Amino acid sequence: MKVLVPVKRVIDYNVKVRVKPDQSGVDLANVKMSMNPFDEIAVEEAVRLKEKGAAEEIVVVSIGPSQAQETIRTALAMGADRGILIQSDVDVEPLAVAKLLKAVVGEESPGMVLMGKQAIDGDNNAVGQMLAALLDWPQATFASKVELSGDKASVTREVDGGLQTLAVALPAVVTTDLRLNEPRYASLPNIMKAKKKPIDMKSTGDYGVDVAPRLKVLKVTEPAKRQAGVKVADAAELVSKLKNEAGVI
Amino acid sequence: MALDPETRDQLIAAIRRFVAERLRPLEAQVAEDDAVPEAIVAEMRDMGLFGLSIDPAYGGLGLSMEEECLVAVELGRTSPAFRSVFGTNVGIGSQGLAMFGTEEQKARFLPRIASGELVTSFALTEPEAGSDSAAVQTRASRDGDAYVLNGSKRYITNADKAGLFTVMARTDPARPGAKGVSAFLVPSDSPGLSVGRPEQKMGQHGAHVCDVVFEDVRVPVENRIGAEGEGFKVAMQVLDRGRLHISAVCVGVAERLIEDCCRYALERRQFGKPIAEFQLVQGMIADSRTETMAARAMVMETARLRDADAPTTLEAAATKYFASEMVGRVADRAVQIFGGAGYIADYGIERLYRDVRLFRIYEGSSQIQQLIIARETLKDFA
Ligand SMILES: Cc1cc2nc3c(=O)[nH]c(=O)nc-3n(C[C@H](O)[C@H](O)[C@H](O)COP(=O)(O)OP(=O)(O)OC[C@H]3O[C@@H](n4cnc5c(N)ncnc54)[C@H](O)[C@@H]3O)c2cc1C
Repeated sequence: MKVLVPVKRVIDYNVKVRVKPDQSGVDLANVKMSMNPFDEIAVEEAVRLKEKGAAEEIVVVSIGPSQAQETIRTALAMGADRGILIQSDVDVEPLAVAKLLKAVVGEESPGMVLMGKQAIDGDNNAVGQMLAALLDWPQATFASKVELSGDKASVTREVDGGLQTLAVALPAVVTTDLRLNEPRYASLPNIMKAKKKPIDMKSTGDYGVDVAPRLKVLKVTEPAKRQAGVKVADAAELVSKLKNEAGVI
Repeated sequence: MALDPETRDQLIAAIRRFVAERLRPLEAQVAEDDAVPEAIVAEMRDMGLFGLSIDPAYGGLGLSMEEECLVAVELGRTSPAFRSVFGTNVGIGSQGLAMFGTEEQKARFLPRIASGELVTSFALTEPEAGSDSAAVQTRASRDGDAYVLNGSKRYITNADKAGLFTVMARTDPARPGAKGVSAFLVPSDSPGLSVGRPEQKMGQHGAHVCDVVFEDVRVPVENRIGAEGEGFKVAMQVLDRGRLHISAVCVGVAERLIEDCCRYALERRQFGKPIAEFQLVQGMIADSRTETMAARAMVMETARLRDADAPTTLEAAATKYFASEMVGRVADRAVQIFGGAGYIADYGIERLYRDVRLFRIYEGSSQIQQLIIARETLKDFA
């Protein structure tokens, strides 16, 4: 089976995000960028499937600027086999991303698309679901466990009430949650070998997808500053404050 | 072979992340237990850290000196004890073999050194031969197709974990100085070789040094590195290289300390404002930053010279002298900027202060570096 893993280059999760003075977005100048953490979990899961013999080939695809090649290389160093970069210098919205991925799925015919549940920059949590709908494939989102048997995947999801296990027929779209696995550190020899793995360079035009934005950002602002906390003497005072002052219980 | 810039950046980023996420959280624990957890050692092996400097033909990464120094700077951003786990395999423990060994010797040992299966140590110092390292008294007497080693070595890093020692011993008692010394590869399971208990040290807890005692240890002739009488030359070449690596670690620790100082100074308030706003505190930060930049420039320039096969004895000595003294001053200022907290264990600053003290002593004390610098400089005008 071939596994397709979409990966996104996003602002590093350790970076303190600053809003541009004109409120048009966040400042990305000279900011460290990395692979979206949920995508890293997806790559790790795909590599584990390959190590178990459940997958034969892992193809990673990224949509973004030419620097997103670094993100693809990171995935290749972790164990993916080859990459596709669909170059775009404008921000591509979830629907257009899903359409591009659908076109890639058409060319690659993977048995599974394994992807992050959301990217930590836009936090849209939309592409996986949209892609499943466009492909008319089953979807299993927020996976905390993935097991394959034959042409079915059993996916455990973390839901509010506990754990839900779904059986989906392959091919399917599976999106990853935080606890699915702990991604490995790419070894230094593998980082050096990743350089020799192929990356196919494409553009959004190659797939005939219109990436013009459909959403308009009105403004981006910093979240309100947190107020200083108060110390309570004991649990009783805490409960009383939560009940009477905060009104949350 | 030098890496392309993109691969090099990825390599550095991977190490920086490993240091930040896996090693830094364990600093206090490693110091307390005086041991690096086995799971972390295994991760270091998996990452390929034991083979940084070793030729890819033997399973290493074959980094250039400049690349190795960039890596060493990253490793310097945490307790130096972590680097010591594989430091001898990258440097003093393997380089005699890598630089002067025969194909047969290299094929026998280097692959296991690169993978970390075999830990190596460098055994030069003795109770009576420290700075005057050419005065080694450990004897290697020829007996048929073997040498018989007798004597003892002192303060040998990783001796308790080593599977292989590079030992400098005197083959010609008639020649008291450097010329009478030869270098040998001695497996730790050789009968007659024993390792003492780890010493109690001032800092760098988690990294061990021990005595190594040789009592009629038979070492086959094919384990000699280079010709008879070349041992001291081997040792000096190994140290030339090692000094650069250590200097890069000094730069890394200094950068880490500056980061800690800035974070603390921006947060800690006195007289109604962050102490970072006081110019006397700023002066300390500026001095630390400037000296660190100077040391980094010396390290990188000398590493590039070395990669271009230029002689670097003077440059490596000057770099080690400056970088090790520099990080001492930076650590001292860090304690000062932290005030009382700098003296309290929980903040980790006093620990780094003790850790960096070693850099001015081993692989040639500062005074020995001064001697080398002066000797090499005077040569040009004599
Ligand atoms: C933690 C640790 C790890 C070590 N690891 C290793 C290792 O793996 N392998 C190994 O072989 N060795 C190792 N050493 C030994 C180390 O290299 C020596 O301690 C160092 O070279 C100094 O030698 P010494 O301790 O005998 O000091 P001494 O040589 O006795 O020096 C004492 C003082 O006298 C000064 N001095 C000596 N000679 C002169 C001179 N001619 N002019 C001016 N001043 C002088 C020195 O600078 C120093 O200040 C290690 C030491 C330590 C502490």
